[in-house]
Amino acid sequence: MTMASVSTGRGSVAPAVRRSRRRWTGWQFVGPFMVIFTLVFLAPIAYSIYISLFRTQLIGGTSFVGFDNYVTAFQDPQFWSGVSRVALLLLVQVPIMLGIALLVALAIDSGRLYGKSFFRISIFMPYAVPAVVAALMWGFMYGTRFGLIGNINDAFGTSIPDPISSGFVLAAIGNIVTWEFVGYNMLIFFAALRTVPHSLYEAAEIDGAGQWRIISAIKLPAIRGALVIATIFSIIGSFQLFNEPSILQSLSPNYITTYFTPNLYAYSLSFSGQQYNYAATIAIIMGVLTMLVAYVVQLRGMRKEV
Amino acid sequence: MKPNNEVKGTTMNITRRRTIVRTAALAGALSLALAACSSSDDSGAEAPSSEDAAADIQAALDEGGEITVWAWEPTLTQVVEDFEAEYPNVTVNLANVGTSQDQYTSLQNALAAGDGVPDVAQIEYYAIPQFAIGESLADLTPYGAADLDGTFTPGPWSTVKQGDAIYGLPMDSGPMAMFYNAEIFDGLGIDVPTTWDEYYEAAKAIHEADPNVYITSDNGDAGQTLSMTWQAGGRPYTVDGTDVSIDFSDEGTTKYATQWQKMIDEGLLSDIGGWSDEWFQGLGNGTLATLVTGAWMPANLESGAPDGEGKWRVAPMPQWEDGESVTSENGGSSIAVMEASENKELAYAFIDYANVGDGIQTRIDGGAFPATTAELNSDEFLNKEFPYFGGQKVNEVLSQSAADVAEGWQFLPYQVYANSVFKDTAGQAYINSSTSLADGLQSWQDTSVKYGNDQGFSVDQ
Repeated sequence: MTMASVSTGRGSVAPAVRRSRRRWTGWQFVGPFMVIFTLVFLAPIAYSIYISLFRTQLIGGTSFVGFDNYVTAFQDPQFWSGVSRVALLLLVQVPIMLGIALLVALAIDSGRLYGKSFFRISIFMPYAVPAVVAALMWGFMYGTRFGLIGNINDAFGTSIPDPISSGFVLAAIGNIVTWEFVGYNMLIFFAALRTVPHSLYEAAEIDGAGQWRIISAIKLPAIRGALVIATIFSIIGSFQLFNEPSILQSLSPNYITTYFTPNLYAYSLSFSGQQYNYAATIAIIMGVLTMLVAYVVQLRGMRKEV
Repeated sequence: MKPNNEVKGTTMNITRRRTIVRTAALAGALSLALAACSSSDDSGAEAPSSEDAAADIQAALDEGGEITVWAWEPTLTQVVEDFEAEYPNVTVNLANVGTSQDQYTSLQNALAAGDGVPDVAQIEYYAIPQFAIGESLADLTPYGAADLDGTFTPGPWSTVKQGDAIYGLPMDSGPMAMFYNAEIFDGLGIDVPTTWDEYYEAAKAIHEADPNVYITSDNGDAGQTLSMTWQAGGRPYTVDGTDVSIDFSDEGTTKYATQWQKMIDEGLLSDIGGWSDEWFQGLGNGTLATLVTGAWMPANLESGAPDGEGKWRVAPMPQWEDGESVTSENGGSSIAVMEASENKELAYAFIDYANVGDGIQTRIDGGAFPATTAELNSDEFLNKEFPYFGGQKVNEVLSQSAADVAEGWQFLPYQVYANSVFKDTAGQAYINSSTSLADGLQSWQDTSVKYGNDQGFSVDQ
């Protein structure tokens, strides 16, 4: 009885131990990643969601308010004016920027450009300039008293207004962003174009296709993945617009309000208004909104590929 | 309960005095407890404890230690050097983390994080209620600040003293005066304006004579607007504990808004932002003819607009009615001890040295405008001739202005936030002809009311 029970016990225990050790080994490999992933990605998001459910008041302290902050945000005209501003930028500036980047990438890839590495470097250069420096630099160039615009006005007797101190402020910011990121997107497109096998071009030429035909029938379809990726990056970048307006705010305070973009709004809410909970709410809504838009673009962009 | 408390307070005092010699950190923790005790019985125990407080502070100075001070006031650098020379065991880390709003943002961040809070911070008068209500500032009465009644001019003293508590020691004050470029007025043969109507006429004449020259610049500044409203008799804020009312439609405010609207509509104000490089250049090169601002300005003019040397003069603030002499305050700061400081005795010793002790003279020599009555009325101070102002005895005008400050002004308990959204609201009147200044102020009021109610105050309009 005892013998039997021991032997059966052994027989059943051994595989169980092996199985559990196997499981443990797997966790050892995944563990370090999971720990870092949890600490760096999941914990901040969870914490933001957690604090967005509370409200801290100067008088009365902290209390749980459920989804009140979300309800407030959906009815907050300042928040939505910021969202519509970045949406407008997204609709106008992103196509222009990606269009220019694509043109430049195609031009460099065509092999007909003289000094192509010079162009590649010089167009990419602005991306290496920190956004803060770029914003300041453009801010000074835009100036009508000492800046480039001022010089143009003096030289030609024109009266161009200071773009950041007028209704053109969003366009002026769009211009800075375009200048900064054309090179980056160009590099993505160019890298994708380099992977297209040359035999395809030769085959097309033998079939009598011209350059435009090659572009529309071979190059563009081949880099569709890169186009979608660049578009998604640009969408995220537009929704997260912060550096440029934040820097230019000191040069044009009345035009760039504290809620000019959603990120700037969240920043002002938390750092000058101490409304950390509401700022977290805004951040989460913006995160979800960005994910939604990016996802829709990805779905549409990838659909035709199949 | 009351006598019992007092006994507890004194025993704690004695215990504390012994422990302070042992470890500074422990003393800090206990002083927190002491502050708590004394605030509950400060009606009775003040007088006997002030001697103890002085002894404690002397002990802290002898013991030495390290404190961190956040301030942007330039004259404090010399004060810190002198203080360290006098008390060799003490190290003061003076850090300029930004001016005004920038520093408050850093301070709020440190407070929210509960880490990196300095021992002492420069806080402008308008910001004191906000930090006091957040219980971020230490009450200075247990350290002997209660004995300072009458040392400072009434305006600044009334803002640092809230109820029975004292939240900071006044460092400088900013009674308003009109700084003007005499060369421009003499050149055009215009009299220096004494009323706001004359100021408006002068603005037109100056801008007509040279379209690049403006009487002053204003692109929307909360502090300036409030000071002008204050002088005009407006009292938009009424604060009683957590009951707040905001009304920007009272007679005085309207008087200011109407007059200033004319200046905006007729393009008589330059849109150069205050304190920018361009602004200082404009003050130096004669593009900006006047500056109605606080009495702390002379040192800033000398350092920021050296080209203006000899051209500038100071005159009393223009009046709303001929023959009146009513002024208001603009800016001015206190330095305060933070509640989170672990060495409050030492921190208090420093602010006491800077604002009540030898530091005052050092700072006056550096060009600061003091908030202490003795210095403001001393002959040496009044008779000082300023070469930058062509030898004018500038302090006579400024001291007079300090005496003429209108009473009854209050700031919001969340003025720092309110000021940060001024440009979003009232600032729009400066760039958009369809928004009047009165509309802008109304929308500033709405935003401030909403924020106040969200924060648990009871705000009406």
